Amino acid sequence: MGYTLNFNLIWRHFDKLSGGLLLSLELALISIAIGIAIGLVLAVWYVSAGRIVRGVIAAYVEFIRNVPLILLVYLVFYGLPTVIDIAYSAQTSFVATLALYSGAYLVEVFRSGLEAVPRGQIDAGKAIGLTPWQRLLHVRLPTMMRITLPALSNTFISLFKDTSVASVISVPELTYGAQWINFNTFRIVEVYLVVTAMYLVTGYALLFALRLVERWYRTAR
Amino acid sequence: MLSQIAYALPFLAEGFALTLWVSLLVVVLSLFAGVILGVGLVYGPAPLRWAVRIFSDTIRGIPILVLIFFVYYGLPAVGVHLQSFWAAVLALTLFKTAQVVEYLRGAVASIPKGQSEAAMAIGLTFRQRLAYVIFPQAFRRFLPPWINGVTDAVKGSALVSLLGITDLMQAINQVIGRTYEAMPLYILGALLYFAVNYALSYASRRLEQRFAFIRE
Amino acid sequence: MATSSNDSPALLDIAEVSKSFGSVEVLRSVSLKVAKGEVVTVIGPSGSGKTTLLRCVNFLESYDSGSIRIDGKEVGFRDGGARQRRSERDLAGMRAETGMVFQGFNLFPHLTAAGNIMLGLTKVRGKSKGEARSIAEHWLGRVGLAHKADSLPAELSGGQQQRVGIARAVAMEPKILLLDEITSALDPELVGEVLAVVKSLAEDGMTMVMVTHEMAFARDASSRIVFMADGGVSAVGPPKEVLAAETTNERLRTFLARFRASQF
Ligand SMILES: Nc1ncnc2c1ncn2[C@@H]1O[C@H](COP(=O)(O)OP(=O)(O)OP(=O)(O)O)[C@@H](O)[C@H]1O
Ligand SMILES: [Mg+2]
Repeated sequence: MGYTLNFNLIWRHFDKLSGGLLLSLELALISIAIGIAIGLVLAVWYVSAGRIVRGVIAAYVEFIRNVPLILLVYLVFYGLPTVIDIAYSAQTSFVATLALYSGAYLVEVFRSGLEAVPRGQIDAGKAIGLTPWQRLLHVRLPTMMRITLPALSNTFISLFKDTSVASVISVPELTYGAQWINFNTFRIVEVYLVVTAMYLVTGYALLFALRLVERWYRTAR
Repeated sequence: MLSQIAYALPFLAEGFALTLWVSLLVVVLSLFAGVILGVGLVYGPAPLRWAVRIFSDTIRGIPILVLIFFVYYGLPAVGVHLQSFWAAVLALTLFKTAQVVEYLRGAVASIPKGQSEAAMAIGLTFRQRLAYVIFPQAFRRFLPPWINGVTDAVKGSALVSLLGITDLMQAINQVIGRTYEAMPLYILGALLYFAVNYALSYASRRLEQRFAFIRE
Repeated sequence: MATSSNDSPALLDIAEVSKSFGSVEVLRSVSLKVAKGEVVTVIGPSGSGKTTLLRCVNFLESYDSGSIRIDGKEVGFRDGGARQRRSERDLAGMRAETGMVFQGFNLFPHLTAAGNIMLGLTKVRGKSKGEARSIAEHWLGRVGLAHKADSLPAELSGGQQQRVGIARAVAMEPKILLLDEITSALDPELVGEVLAVVKSLAEDGMTMVMVTHEMAFARDASSRIVFMADGGVSAVGPPKEVLAAETTNERLRTFLARFRASQF
């Protein structure tokens, strides 16, 4: 293999990568924020709902989990506007897709978290005269949060990696930046080495930071 | 509109078959590679353990799409020429192998230490302990997550459409290019992926229940 | 049944064995000889090194100095005194000569009661399936479980599981049987059935070293009692002598007093 590495061109276009990384993080953050909202609402609804609602929520969860993300991205960006009258940018469309996508995974996370809240805690809440709504807000959700935080962190890290799929609809995130440099400079090995390092460092730094947050949350009130 | 799609059905079926074929290859190859590396990770000498750890953490730390592009565009750059089909299979296999390594490690680690000790106490050698005591038990814990993880190979395989390989995803996009019937075709594709993956995750859940009974 | 080992040649010879975990010395120059047919019970407070001593005898645990011989052969190290660890194959062969019964049973959950017993017979002793099966059935009969041969461990009670554990160990015809608190994980009403099996093996002349908290059993069924404290042998002798040494041995007195207090 007589390939000599030369990173000069990569550094010259590094703004494509650094900007891409920031956008990846932004996409992941907005998506998980909406995803958490979807997941929470549906999980709370699910545990108290009748069979029909449960069936519908389960269908949403199972559908999303068993279909490739890239297909969902195409479906929302190219498919939906052909049947309903909406127009959105690729970026908005991708965030919507990833939010729905993470929402489906988070419903599961939150649902099992809610079911893991010890019966005794809920009874204790009743005993001191809390209304069902207060019990949810002050007893069940805080306990559930503590239980589900590690799974939430993991979901966020994998969403961060999933943002790479946005490149297929030309959202200029990190993988798109890599492809741009790939096609325009042909320093192929170099660009993917750098991008691999960027995903790894960012991903593991996030993981480390989130584990710290979890530890803090477990001990703090 | 329906007639146009009906006309495209054989083409879609071919794409679907290719999706299944890629997934099958990846699943089988990664099973072999993953089990071997996984055993290396659990029982190997320190340098091997480190190598496998780094391999697995690196692969699992980057998006599959980056891995696919890296292999597809990177290999020719260093003088290795693979057909795009095999480049895709290689990339997905690397990704899946790292998963199998972790399933195997988890399965073996879940067997209590007392099991090896009891096996030692009756005079079994290291290989016999693995073959007759550890692996048969680890297998039950390995199988459900592994079958469930096959869905990741099927879903991941949709990304090979980006290399110009006519799998189900690519076939759908091509038919849409001709018919402009985006929504029905995406939904049809989603249902096909769903059918395969749901069957797999269902099987995995059933197995888990069955093995749970045997355990205790 | 031999009552004292001082004159008869030792089947198990533990000589000045020491062992540390990190900076903690767990065994301090322990010496003990056990003659063929003897039943030696080991008692002592928690953390005194009883389990570690047993695990050294079949080399589940290595030790730092001293020697452990069975029938004159060093257990874990090559002959010649160079303290070179035996090969994996040699070690397996040596371990097959000692049987071990565990506190937590450690039955193989994927194998039936008979399968648990047959594994060593076929893979280590090289017996045919049929032969191994009839040996397994014989021993299951001895421990009162002939009808459970094809049950999985999960389908057996704790007492039944432990009896299979004993059958698995003795079916290998070991020279010596090591038992580590084999009734501690059992409900009180199941202890009796397991001890009865041990007693009948003792009557058959099986050599045993048994760690136990069943003081009545130690007194009635053993040829000698070893009292361990702080990693060393603090008292050893026939049951009556050792239990009588309470008057002179401060540690033994505290141990027995605490023990009696916990019983009532
Ligand atoms: N693998 C190990 N690593 C570090 N320390 C250990 C290990 N195994 C045992 N020890 C320590 O060695 C000492 C002796 O332990 P051992 O299990 O032999 O005691 P024991 O007499 O069997 O106690 P018990 O009655 O509680 O079973 C204890 O202080 C224990 O904490
Ligand atoms: Mg002990």
